[in-house]
Amino acid sequence: MSETNQTVAAIEMVDVCKWFGDFQALKDVNLRVDTSEKVVICGPSGSGKSTAIRCINRLERHESGQISVDGINLTDDKSSVAAIRAEVGMVFQQFNLFPHLTVIENLTLGPIRARGMSESAARNLAESYLERVRIPEQAEKYPGQLSGGQQQRVAIARSLCMEPKILLFDEPTSALDPEMIAEVLEVMAELADSGMTMIVVTHEMGFARKVADTMVFMDHGRVVESAPPEQFFSNPRTDRCQEFLSQILSH
Amino acid sequence: MKIKIRDCRNTLLLLMLPLLTGCGNQWGWYVVNPSTEQGRGNLKFLIGGLGNTILLSVCALLISVVLGLLVALPGLSENRWLRWFNRVYVELVRAVPLLVLLLWVYYGLPIAAGISINVFWAGVIALALSDSAFEAEIFRAGIQSIAKGQTEAARTIGLNYRDTMRFVILPQAIRRILPPLGNQLVYMLKISSLVSIIGMQELTRRANELVVTEYRPLEIYTILVIEYLILILIVSQGVRWLERKMGSDERG
Ligand SMILES: Nc1ncnc2c1ncn2[C@@H]1O[C@H](COP(=O)(O)OP(=O)(O)O)[C@@H](O)[C@H]1O
Ligand SMILES: [Mg+2]
Repeated sequence: MSETNQTVAAIEMVDVCKWFGDFQALKDVNLRVDTSEKVVICGPSGSGKSTAIRCINRLERHESGQISVDGINLTDDKSSVAAIRAEVGMVFQQFNLFPHLTVIENLTLGPIRARGMSESAARNLAESYLERVRIPEQAEKYPGQLSGGQQQRVAIARSLCMEPKILLFDEPTSALDPEMIAEVLEVMAELADSGMTMIVVTHEMGFARKVADTMVFMDHGRVVESAPPEQFFSNPRTDRCQEFLSQILSH
Repeated sequence: MKIKIRDCRNTLLLLMLPLLTGCGNQWGWYVVNPSTEQGRGNLKFLIGGLGNTILLSVCALLISVVLGLLVALPGLSENRWLRWFNRVYVELVRAVPLLVLLLWVYYGLPIAAGISINVFWAGVIALALSDSAFEAEIFRAGIQSIAKGQTEAARTIGLNYRDTMRFVILPQAIRRILPPLGNQLVYMLKISSLVSIIGMQELTRRANELVVTEYRPLEIYTILVIEYLILILIVSQGVRWLERKMGSDERG
Protein backbone atom coordinates (compact mmCIF):
# COMPACT_ATOMS: atom_id res chain seq x y z
CA MET A 1 0.00 0.00 0.00
CA SER A 2 2.64 2.53 1.03
CA GLU A 3 4.56 2.26 -2.25
CA THR A 4 1.47 2.66 -4.48
CA ASN A 5 0.34 5.73 -2.57
CA GLN A 6 3.31 7.66 -3.83
CA THR A 7 2.52 7.10 -7.50
CA VAL A 8 -0.38 8.84 -9.22
CA ALA A 9 -3.60 6.86 -8.88
CA ALA A 10 -5.39 5.80 -12.08
CA ILE A 11 -8.60 7.01 -10.49
CA GLU A 12 -9.03 8.89 -7.28
CA MET A 13 -12.36 9.94 -5.79
CA VAL A 14 -12.26 12.00 -2.62
CA ASP A 15 -15.41 12.82 -0.64
CA VAL A 16 -17.54 12.84 -3.78
CA CYS A 17 -21.17 13.89 -3.33
CA LYS A 18 -23.93 13.92 -5.92
CA TRP A 19 -27.55 15.02 -5.67
CA PHE A 20 -30.48 14.44 -8.00
CA GLY A 21 -32.67 17.32 -6.88
CA ASP A 22 -33.23 16.75 -3.17
CA PHE A 23 -32.05 13.17 -3.29
CA GLN A 24 -28.43 12.53 -2.41
CA ALA A 25 -27.23 9.65 -4.60
CA LEU A 26 -23.56 9.73 -3.50
CA LYS A 27 -22.44 10.49 0.04
CA ASP A 28 -18.74 11.19 0.56
CA VAL A 29 -17.58 8.46 -1.78
CA ASN A 30 -13.87 7.70 -1.52
CA LEU A 31 -12.25 5.35 -3.98
CA ARG A 32 -8.73 4.86 -5.15
CA VAL A 33 -7.84 2.68 -8.11
CA ASP A 34 -4.23 2.09 -9.06
CA THR A 35 -2.94 1.43 -12.54
CA SER A 36 -3.76 -2.14 -13.61
CA GLU A 37 -5.94 -2.62 -10.56
CA LYS A 38 -9.32 -4.34 -10.98
CA VAL A 39 -12.08 -3.08 -8.74
CA VAL A 40 -15.46 -4.79 -8.60
CA ILE A 41 -18.34 -2.78 -7.16
CA CYS A 42 -21.46 -4.50 -5.91
CA GLY A 43 -24.43 -3.46 -3.84
CA PRO A 44 -28.21 -3.39 -3.91
CA SER A 45 -30.06 -1.70 -6.74
CA GLY A 46 -30.25 2.06 -6.28
CA SER A 47 -27.20 2.18 -4.02
CA GLY A 48 -25.35 4.56 -6.35
CA LYS A 49 -22.99 2.20 -8.21
CA SER A 50 -23.84 3.50 -11.68
CA THR A 51 -23.83 7.09 -10.51
CA ALA A 52 -20.39 6.64 -8.96
CA ILE A 53 -18.74 5.36 -12.12
CA ARG A 54 -20.68 7.73 -14.37
CA CYS A 55 -19.22 10.63 -12.41
CA ILE A 56 -15.74 9.48 -13.36
CA ASN A 57 -16.24 10.29 -17.07
CA ARG A 58 -18.70 13.13 -16.49
CA LEU A 59 -21.85 11.43 -17.68
CA GLU A 60 -23.00 12.77 -14.32
CA ARG A 61 -21.62 15.89 -12.69
CA HIS A 62 -20.57 15.59 -9.05
CA GLU A 63 -21.46 18.49 -6.81
CA SER A 64 -18.65 18.30 -4.31
CA GLY A 65 -15.47 16.40 -3.65
CA GLN A 66 -12.67 15.67 -6.07
CA ILE A 67 -12.22 13.23 -8.90
CA SER A 68 -8.97 12.82 -10.73
CA VAL A 69 -7.98 10.41 -13.45
CA ASP A 70 -4.30 9.78 -14.07
CA GLY A 71 -3.53 13.02 -12.28
CA ILE A 72 -6.02 15.06 -14.35
CA ASN A 73 -8.44 16.88 -12.10
CA LEU A 74 -12.05 16.61 -13.33
CA THR A 75 -13.62 20.07 -13.38
CA ASP A 76 -16.30 21.94 -15.34
CA ASP A 77 -13.53 22.87 -17.74
CA LYS A 78 -14.32 21.14 -21.04
CA SER A 79 -10.70 20.31 -21.73
CA SER A 80 -10.40 18.31 -18.51
CA VAL A 81 -13.55 16.39 -19.42
CA ALA A 82 -12.23 15.68 -22.90
CA ALA A 83 -8.81 14.64 -21.59
CA ILE A 84 -10.37 12.24 -19.13
CA ARG A 85 -12.79 10.77 -21.64
CA ALA A 86 -9.85 10.10 -23.93
CA GLU A 87 -8.39 7.82 -21.23
CA VAL A 88 -11.59 6.21 -19.98
CA GLY A 89 -13.76 3.79 -21.94
CA MET A 90 -17.18 2.65 -20.83
CA VAL A 91 -19.33 -0.41 -21.43
CA PHE A 92 -23.04 -0.09 -20.69
CA GLN A 93 -25.66 -2.54 -19.53
CA GLN A 94 -27.74 -1.85 -22.65
CA PHE A 95 -24.71 -1.96 -25.01
CA ASN A 96 -25.72 1.37 -26.61
CA LEU A 97 -24.38 0.38 -30.00
CA PHE A 98 -25.34 2.67 -32.89
CA PRO A 99 -28.13 0.71 -34.62
CA HIS A 100 -27.85 2.55 -37.95
CA LEU A 101 -24.15 1.70 -38.37
CA THR A 102 -22.51 -1.63 -39.11
CA VAL A 103 -20.27 -3.25 -36.54
CA ILE A 104 -17.13 -2.00 -38.23
CA GLU A 105 -18.59 1.53 -38.55
CA ASN A 106 -19.48 1.44 -34.85
CA LEU A 107 -15.85 0.65 -34.11
CA THR A 108 -14.17 3.11 -36.47
CA LEU A 109 -16.37 6.16 -35.78
CA GLY A 110 -14.47 7.19 -32.64
CA PRO A 111 -10.96 6.60 -33.99
CA ILE A 112 -11.74 8.53 -37.20
CA ARG A 113 -13.70 11.43 -35.70
CA ALA A 114 -12.17 11.85 -32.26
CA ARG A 115 -8.63 10.61 -32.81
CA GLY A 116 -8.21 11.81 -36.39
CA MET A 117 -7.16 8.40 -37.69
CA SER A 118 -7.28 7.56 -41.36
CA GLU A 119 -10.08 5.26 -42.43
CA SER A 120 -7.76 2.40 -43.30
CA ALA A 121 -5.79 2.65 -40.06
CA ALA A 122 -9.03 2.75 -38.08
CA ARG A 123 -10.29 -0.29 -39.98
CA ASN A 124 -7.16 -2.26 -39.21
CA LEU A 125 -7.42 -1.32 -35.58
CA ALA A 126 -11.10 -2.25 -35.47
CA GLU A 127 -10.47 -5.60 -37.11
CA SER A 128 -7.75 -6.46 -34.63
CA TYR A 129 -10.09 -5.73 -31.70
CA LEU A 130 -12.95 -7.66 -33.28
CA GLU A 131 -10.51 -10.55 -33.48
CA ARG A 132 -9.76 -10.08 -29.84
CA VAL A 133 -13.43 -10.29 -28.82
CA ARG A 134 -13.73 -13.25 -31.21
CA ILE A 135 -16.25 -11.97 -33.73
CA PRO A 136 -14.19 -10.89 -36.75
CA GLU A 137 -16.77 -12.43 -39.10
CA GLN A 138 -19.55 -10.06 -37.96
CA ALA A 139 -17.86 -6.86 -39.16
CA GLU A 140 -20.37 -5.96 -41.86
CA LYS A 141 -23.52 -6.79 -39.91
CA TYR A 142 -25.80 -4.37 -38.10
CA PRO A 143 -26.08 -4.60 -34.29
CA GLY A 144 -29.72 -5.70 -34.59
CA GLN A 145 -28.58 -8.83 -36.40
CA LEU A 146 -26.36 -10.01 -33.53
CA SER A 147 -27.09 -11.83 -30.30
CA GLY A 148 -26.91 -9.91 -27.03
CA GLY A 149 -23.58 -11.49 -26.14
CA GLN A 150 -22.13 -10.57 -29.51
CA GLN A 151 -23.46 -7.02 -29.20
CA GLN A 152 -21.83 -6.56 -25.82
CA ARG A 153 -18.52 -7.87 -27.20
CA VAL A 154 -18.81 -5.35 -30.05
CA ALA A 155 -19.40 -2.65 -27.44
CA ILE A 156 -16.25 -3.75 -25.60
CA ALA A 157 -14.30 -3.69 -28.86
CA ARG A 158 -15.68 -0.22 -29.60
CA SER A 159 -14.30 1.06 -26.29
CA LEU A 160 -10.96 -0.65 -26.90
CA CYS A 161 -10.62 1.06 -30.28
CA MET A 162 -10.13 4.33 -28.40
CA GLU A 163 -7.18 2.61 -26.66
CA PRO A 164 -8.20 3.75 -23.20
CA LYS A 165 -6.07 3.24 -20.10
CA ILE A 166 -9.12 2.59 -17.97
CA LEU A 167 -12.36 0.73 -18.68
CA LEU A 168 -15.59 1.17 -16.73
CA PHE A 169 -18.24 -1.56 -16.93
CA ASP A 170 -21.78 -0.87 -15.71
CA GLU A 171 -23.46 -4.25 -15.22
CA PRO A 172 -22.26 -5.50 -18.61
CA THR A 173 -24.01 -8.87 -18.34
CA SER A 174 -27.27 -7.89 -16.64
CA ALA A 175 -29.17 -7.51 -19.91
CA LEU A 176 -27.93 -10.84 -21.31
CA ASP A 177 -29.56 -14.23 -21.50
CA PRO A 178 -27.77 -16.62 -19.11
CA GLU A 179 -26.13 -18.65 -21.86
CA MET A 180 -24.37 -15.53 -23.20
CA ILE A 181 -22.96 -14.24 -19.95
CA ALA A 182 -19.92 -16.51 -20.00
CA GLU A 183 -18.65 -15.36 -23.41
CA VAL A 184 -18.68 -11.73 -22.28
CA LEU A 185 -17.07 -12.45 -18.90
CA GLU A 186 -14.38 -14.44 -20.64
CA VAL A 187 -13.45 -11.47 -22.84
CA MET A 188 -13.41 -9.24 -19.75
CA ALA A 189 -11.19 -11.66 -17.85
CA GLU A 190 -8.71 -11.67 -20.74
CA LEU A 191 -8.69 -7.89 -20.70
CA ALA A 192 -7.99 -7.97 -16.99
CA ASP A 193 -5.06 -10.32 -17.61
CA SER A 194 -3.64 -7.92 -20.17
CA GLY A 195 -3.17 -5.33 -17.44
CA MET A 196 -6.09 -3.00 -18.16
CA THR A 197 -7.25 -0.86 -15.26
CA MET A 198 -10.90 -1.75 -14.68
CA ILE A 199 -13.88 -0.84 -12.53
CA VAL A 200 -16.65 -3.36 -12.95
CA VAL A 201 -20.12 -3.01 -11.48
CA THR A 202 -21.46 -6.54 -11.47
CA HIS A 203 -23.23 -9.16 -9.43
CA GLU A 204 -21.27 -11.99 -11.06
CA MET A 205 -19.45 -13.05 -7.93
CA GLY A 206 -17.58 -15.93 -9.60
CA PHE A 207 -16.01 -13.41 -11.97
CA ALA A 208 -15.33 -11.03 -9.08
CA ARG A 209 -13.51 -13.69 -7.05
CA LYS A 210 -11.35 -14.58 -10.01
CA VAL A 211 -10.51 -11.12 -11.33
CA ALA A 212 -10.91 -8.49 -8.59
CA ASP A 213 -8.00 -7.02 -6.67
CA THR A 214 -10.43 -5.04 -4.58
CA MET A 215 -14.09 -5.59 -3.80
CA VAL A 216 -16.23 -2.56 -3.00
CA PHE A 217 -19.70 -2.75 -1.48
CA MET A 218 -21.99 0.27 -1.78
CA ASP A 219 -25.24 0.95 0.02
CA HIS A 220 -27.42 4.08 0.13
CA GLY A 221 -24.87 6.15 -1.74
CA ARG A 222 -21.93 5.21 0.49
CA VAL A 223 -18.93 2.97 0.10
CA VAL A 224 -19.62 0.67 3.02
CA GLU A 225 -16.87 -1.84 2.56
CA SER A 226 -13.68 -2.09 0.51
CA ALA A 227 -11.39 -5.09 0.81
CA PRO A 228 -9.43 -7.74 -1.11
CA PRO A 229 -11.78 -10.51 -2.32
CA GLU A 230 -10.57 -13.25 0.08
CA GLN A 231 -11.33 -11.09 3.06
CA PHE A 232 -14.46 -9.58 1.51
CA PHE A 233 -16.13 -12.90 0.82
CA SER A 234 -14.97 -14.83 3.87
CA ASN A 235 -15.25 -12.15 6.46
CA PRO A 236 -17.40 -9.12 5.55
CA ARG A 237 -17.29 -6.53 8.33
CA THR A 238 -20.77 -5.08 8.10
CA ASP A 239 -24.15 -6.76 8.48
CA ARG A 240 -25.50 -5.07 5.35
CA CYS A 241 -22.72 -6.52 3.25
CA GLN A 242 -23.07 -9.95 4.84
CA GLU A 243 -26.78 -9.94 4.16
CA PHE A 244 -26.29 -8.80 0.58
CA LEU A 245 -23.67 -11.44 -0.13
CA SER A 246 -25.76 -14.24 1.31
CA GLN A 247 -28.65 -13.19 -0.94
CA ILE A 248 -26.49 -12.94 -4.05
CA LEU A 249 -24.54 -16.13 -3.46
CA SER A 250 -27.64 -18.18 -2.75
CA HIS A 251 -28.78 -17.62 -6.35
CA MET B 1 -51.45 1.63 -53.56
CA LYS B 2 -53.16 0.72 -56.84
CA ILE B 3 -56.55 0.50 -55.17
CA LYS B 4 -55.98 3.82 -53.44
CA ILE B 5 -55.33 5.69 -56.66
CA ARG B 6 -58.39 4.18 -58.33
CA ASP B 7 -60.43 5.21 -55.28
CA CYS B 8 -59.21 8.77 -55.60
CA ARG B 9 -59.97 8.90 -59.27
CA ASN B 10 -63.45 7.53 -58.75
CA THR B 11 -64.12 10.02 -56.02
CA LEU B 12 -63.08 12.83 -58.32
CA LEU B 13 -65.24 11.55 -61.15
CA LEU B 14 -68.21 11.23 -58.82
CA LEU B 15 -67.64 14.78 -57.67
CA MET B 16 -67.57 16.10 -61.20
CA LEU B 17 -70.51 14.12 -62.55
CA PRO B 18 -73.37 16.28 -61.20
CA LEU B 19 -71.45 19.38 -62.17
CA LEU B 20 -71.00 18.36 -65.77
CA THR B 21 -74.52 17.10 -66.33
CA GLY B 22 -77.76 17.92 -64.56
CA CYS B 23 -77.89 21.55 -63.77
CA GLY B 24 -77.96 22.81 -67.34
CA ASN B 25 -78.36 26.55 -67.65
CA GLN B 26 -76.62 27.79 -64.54
CA TRP B 27 -73.36 26.18 -65.58
CA GLY B 28 -71.04 27.88 -67.94
CA TRP B 29 -68.30 25.36 -68.44
CA TYR B 30 -67.39 27.05 -71.69
CA VAL B 31 -64.94 29.24 -69.71
CA VAL B 32 -62.71 26.25 -69.24
CA ASN B 33 -63.73 24.13 -72.21
CA PRO B 34 -60.47 22.77 -73.63
CA SER B 35 -61.95 22.49 -77.13
CA THR B 36 -62.29 26.25 -77.50
CA GLU B 37 -59.44 28.67 -77.70
CA GLN B 38 -60.82 30.83 -74.87
CA GLY B 39 -61.27 27.78 -72.62
CA ARG B 40 -57.80 26.48 -73.39
CA GLY B 41 -56.30 29.87 -72.64
CA ASN B 42 -58.17 30.11 -69.35
CA LEU B 43 -57.18 26.60 -68.29
CA LYS B 44 -53.57 27.33 -69.11
CA PHE B 45 -53.77 30.52 -67.09
CA LEU B 46 -55.21 28.68 -64.08
CA ILE B 47 -52.77 25.77 -64.16
CA GLY B 48 -49.97 28.25 -64.71
CA GLY B 49 -50.15 29.04 -60.98
CA LEU B 50 -49.21 25.46 -60.08
CA GLY B 51 -45.48 26.00 -60.50
CA ASN B 52 -45.49 28.92 -58.08
CA THR B 53 -47.61 27.10 -55.52
CA ILE B 54 -45.15 24.23 -55.52
CA LEU B 55 -42.01 26.38 -55.65
CA LEU B 56 -43.29 28.62 -52.86
CA SER B 57 -44.16 25.65 -50.65
CA VAL B 58 -40.94 23.77 -51.24
CA CYS B 59 -38.74 26.84 -50.66
CA ALA B 60 -40.65 27.71 -47.51
CA LEU B 61 -40.40 24.12 -46.27
CA LEU B 62 -36.65 23.94 -46.87
CA ILE B 63 -36.03 27.18 -45.00
CA SER B 64 -38.38 26.24 -42.18
CA VAL B 65 -36.59 22.90 -41.79
CA VAL B 66 -33.25 24.65 -41.32
CA LEU B 67 -34.79 27.23 -38.98
CA GLY B 68 -36.65 24.51 -37.12
CA LEU B 69 -33.46 22.55 -36.52
CA LEU B 70 -31.65 25.67 -35.32
CA VAL B 71 -34.47 26.31 -32.87
CA ALA B 72 -34.88 22.66 -31.81
CA LEU B 73 -31.24 22.10 -30.80
CA PRO B 74 -31.19 24.78 -28.06
CA GLY B 75 -34.41 23.22 -26.79
CA LEU B 76 -32.51 20.01 -26.09
CA SER B 77 -29.66 21.72 -24.29
CA GLU B 78 -28.92 21.40 -20.60
CA ASN B 79 -28.54 25.16 -20.47
CA ARG B 80 -31.70 26.76 -19.06
CA TRP B 81 -31.39 29.93 -21.13
CA LEU B 82 -31.07 28.05 -24.39
CA ARG B 83 -34.16 26.02 -23.52
CA TRP B 84 -35.90 29.25 -22.64
CA PHE B 85 -35.04 30.69 -26.06
CA ASN B 86 -36.57 27.62 -27.70
CA ARG B 87 -39.80 27.90 -25.72
CA VAL B 88 -40.19 31.62 -26.31
CA TYR B 89 -39.56 31.29 -30.04
CA VAL B 90 -42.01 28.44 -30.46
CA GLU B 91 -44.74 30.06 -28.38
CA LEU B 92 -44.39 33.50 -29.99
CA VAL B 93 -44.29 32.29 -33.57
CA ARG B 94 -47.21 29.95 -33.04
CA ALA B 95 -49.25 32.78 -31.57
CA VAL B 96 -49.12 34.98 -34.69
CA PRO B 97 -51.73 34.19 -37.38
CA LEU B 98 -50.09 33.41 -40.69
CA LEU B 99 -52.08 36.04 -42.57
CA VAL B 100 -50.97 38.71 -40.11
CA LEU B 101 -47.37 37.59 -40.36
CA LEU B 102 -47.63 37.69 -44.14
CA LEU B 103 -48.96 41.25 -44.19
CA TRP B 104 -46.31 42.34 -41.74
CA VAL B 105 -43.46 40.77 -43.72
CA TYR B 106 -44.68 42.20 -47.03
CA TYR B 107 -45.74 45.69 -45.95
CA GLY B 108 -43.89 46.20 -42.66
CA LEU B 109 -40.52 44.52 -42.95
CA PRO B 110 -39.33 46.56 -45.97
CA ILE B 111 -39.91 49.74 -44.00
CA ALA B 112 -38.46 48.42 -40.75
CA ALA B 113 -35.36 46.92 -42.38
CA GLY B 114 -35.03 49.35 -45.29
CA ILE B 115 -35.00 46.57 -47.88
CA SER B 116 -37.28 45.68 -50.72
CA ILE B 117 -38.94 42.31 -50.82
CA ASN B 118 -40.89 40.88 -53.73
CA VAL B 119 -44.10 38.95 -53.18
CA PHE B 120 -42.46 35.59 -53.70
CA TRP B 121 -39.85 36.06 -50.98
CA ALA B 122 -42.30 37.75 -48.65
CA GLY B 123 -44.47 34.67 -49.02
CA VAL B 124 -41.56 32.29 -48.50
CA ILE B 125 -40.35 34.14 -45.41
CA ALA B 126 -43.78 34.32 -43.81
CA LEU B 127 -44.60 30.68 -44.52
CA ALA B 128 -41.14 29.53 -43.39
CA LEU B 129 -41.22 31.54 -40.16
CA SER B 130 -44.66 30.39 -39.22
CA ASP B 131 -43.88 26.76 -40.03
CA SER B 132 -40.47 26.78 -38.31
CA ALA B 133 -42.10 26.61 -34.88
CA PHE B 134 -43.87 23.41 -35.88
CA GLU B 135 -40.71 22.01 -37.45
CA ALA B 136 -38.82 22.79 -34.25
CA GLU B 137 -41.29 20.70 -32.27
CA ILE B 138 -41.08 17.86 -34.80
CA PHE B 139 -37.27 17.86 -34.59
CA ARG B 140 -37.23 18.10 -30.81
CA ALA B 141 -39.58 15.13 -30.49
CA GLY B 142 -37.64 13.14 -33.09
CA ILE B 143 -34.29 13.75 -31.46
CA GLN B 144 -35.62 13.15 -27.96
CA SER B 145 -37.00 9.79 -29.06
CA ILE B 146 -33.42 8.61 -29.67
CA ALA B 147 -32.35 7.02 -26.41
CA LYS B 148 -30.10 8.98 -24.07
CA GLY B 149 -27.74 6.00 -24.15
CA GLN B 150 -26.81 6.84 -27.74
CA THR B 151 -25.51 10.28 -26.76
CA GLU B 152 -23.69 8.83 -23.78
CA ALA B 153 -22.03 6.15 -25.88
CA ALA B 154 -20.96 8.78 -28.41
CA ARG B 155 -19.50 10.95 -25.64
CA THR B 156 -17.55 8.08 -24.12
CA ILE B 157 -15.85 7.41 -27.46
CA GLY B 158 -14.79 11.02 -27.53
CA LEU B 159 -17.19 12.48 -30.11
CA ASN B 160 -17.90 16.17 -29.65
CA TYR B 161 -21.40 17.66 -29.80
CA ARG B 162 -21.33 18.28 -33.55
CA ASP B 163 -20.12 14.82 -34.49
CA THR B 164 -22.53 13.21 -32.05
CA MET B 165 -25.42 14.98 -33.75
CA ARG B 166 -24.13 14.42 -37.24
CA PHE B 167 -23.12 10.78 -37.09
CA VAL B 168 -25.20 9.30 -34.28
CA ILE B 169 -28.36 11.22 -33.44
CA LEU B 170 -29.59 12.89 -36.63
CA PRO B 171 -29.26 9.83 -38.90
CA GLN B 172 -31.52 7.96 -36.49
CA ALA B 173 -33.85 10.88 -35.85
CA ILE B 174 -34.37 11.50 -39.57
CA ARG B 175 -36.35 8.27 -39.93
CA ARG B 176 -38.83 9.53 -37.41
CA ILE B 177 -38.78 13.09 -38.69
CA LEU B 178 -39.30 12.54 -42.42
CA PRO B 179 -42.92 11.37 -42.34
CA PRO B 180 -44.17 14.33 -40.25
CA LEU B 181 -42.10 16.59 -42.54
CA GLY B 182 -44.04 15.22 -45.49
CA ASN B 183 -47.25 16.13 -43.73
CA GLN B 184 -45.91 19.63 -43.23
CA LEU B 185 -45.39 19.87 -46.99
CA VAL B 186 -49.04 18.96 -47.56
CA TYR B 187 -50.04 21.62 -45.03
CA MET B 188 -47.74 24.13 -46.71
CA LEU B 189 -49.21 23.49 -50.17
CA LYS B 190 -52.66 24.25 -48.83
CA ILE B 191 -51.78 27.23 -46.67
CA SER B 192 -49.71 28.83 -49.44
CA SER B 193 -53.05 29.86 -51.00
CA LEU B 194 -53.02 32.70 -48.45
CA VAL B 195 -50.11 34.34 -50.25
CA SER B 196 -52.56 35.22 -53.06
CA ILE B 197 -53.61 38.06 -50.77
CA ILE B 198 -50.42 40.01 -51.47
CA GLY B 199 -50.58 39.27 -55.18
CA MET B 200 -48.48 36.15 -55.57
CA GLN B 201 -49.40 34.50 -58.88
CA GLU B 202 -50.14 31.03 -57.56
CA LEU B 203 -53.18 28.78 -58.03
CA THR B 204 -55.61 30.74 -55.90
CA ARG B 205 -54.56 34.15 -57.19
CA ARG B 206 -54.93 33.01 -60.79
CA ALA B 207 -58.44 31.76 -60.07
CA ASN B 208 -59.37 35.05 -58.39
CA GLU B 209 -58.10 37.07 -61.34
CA LEU B 210 -59.93 34.93 -63.86
CA VAL B 211 -63.16 35.23 -61.90
CA VAL B 212 -62.87 38.99 -62.10
CA THR B 213 -62.63 38.94 -65.90
CA GLU B 214 -64.94 36.02 -66.69
CA TYR B 215 -67.64 36.34 -63.99
CA ARG B 216 -67.85 32.54 -63.62
CA PRO B 217 -66.89 31.96 -59.96
CA LEU B 218 -68.66 28.60 -59.65
CA GLU B 219 -66.81 26.92 -62.52
CA ILE B 220 -63.45 28.54 -61.89
CA TYR B 221 -63.39 27.86 -58.15
CA THR B 222 -64.53 24.32 -58.83
CA ILE B 223 -61.50 23.87 -61.05
CA LEU B 224 -59.39 25.41 -58.26
CA VAL B 225 -60.73 22.86 -55.76
CA ILE B 226 -59.93 20.05 -58.17
CA GLU B 227 -56.41 21.40 -58.77
CA TYR B 228 -55.66 21.36 -55.04
CA LEU B 229 -57.31 17.97 -54.59
CA ILE B 230 -55.16 16.33 -57.25
CA LEU B 231 -51.98 18.00 -56.02
CA ILE B 232 -52.57 17.11 -52.37
CA LEU B 233 -53.67 13.55 -53.10
CA ILE B 234 -50.50 12.89 -55.09
CA VAL B 235 -48.24 14.36 -52.42
CA SER B 236 -50.09 12.50 -49.64
CA GLN B 237 -49.58 9.23 -51.48
CA GLY B 238 -45.87 10.07 -51.67
CA VAL B 239 -45.78 10.73 -47.93
CA ARG B 240 -47.51 7.40 -47.20
CA TRP B 241 -45.00 5.60 -49.37
CA LEU B 242 -42.21 7.34 -47.46
CA GLU B 243 -43.73 6.34 -44.13
CA ARG B 244 -43.87 2.71 -45.17
CA LYS B 245 -40.34 2.75 -46.51
CA MET B 246 -38.94 4.37 -43.36
CA GLY B 247 -40.86 1.93 -41.19
CA SER B 248 -39.57 -1.15 -42.99
CA ASP B 249 -35.99 0.15 -42.99
CA GLU B 250 -35.80 0.28 -39.21
CA ARG B 251 -32.88 -1.84 -38.08
CA GLY B 252 -32.02 -3.22 -34.69
N1 LIG C 1 -31.03 10.93 -13.57
C1 LIG C 1 -31.51 10.67 -12.34
N2 LIG C 1 -32.45 11.46 -11.80
C2 LIG C 1 -32.93 11.24 -10.55
N3 LIG C 1 -32.54 10.23 -9.78
C3 LIG C 1 -31.60 9.39 -10.24
C4 LIG C 1 -31.05 9.56 -11.55
N4 LIG C 1 -30.15 8.58 -11.77
C5 LIG C 1 -30.15 7.83 -10.65
N5 LIG C 1 -31.01 8.31 -9.72
C6 LIG C 1 -31.25 7.78 -8.37
O1 LIG C 1 -30.03 7.68 -7.72
C7 LIG C 1 -29.94 6.49 -6.99
C8 LIG C 1 -28.74 5.71 -7.40
O2 LIG C 1 -28.92 5.26 -8.73
P1 LIG C 1 -27.86 4.34 -9.47
O3 LIG C 1 -26.53 4.95 -9.35
O4 LIG C 1 -28.38 4.08 -10.83
O5 LIG C 1 -27.94 3.00 -8.60
P2 LIG C 1 -27.38 1.57 -8.94
O6 LIG C 1 -26.59 1.65 -10.20
O7 LIG C 1 -26.58 1.20 -7.75
O8 LIG C 1 -28.58 0.69 -9.08
C9 LIG C 1 -31.24 5.74 -7.22
O9 LIG C 1 -32.08 5.95 -6.13
C10 LIG C 1 -31.80 6.37 -8.44
O10 LIG C 1 -33.20 6.38 -8.40
MG1 LIG D 1 -26.95 0.74 -12.08
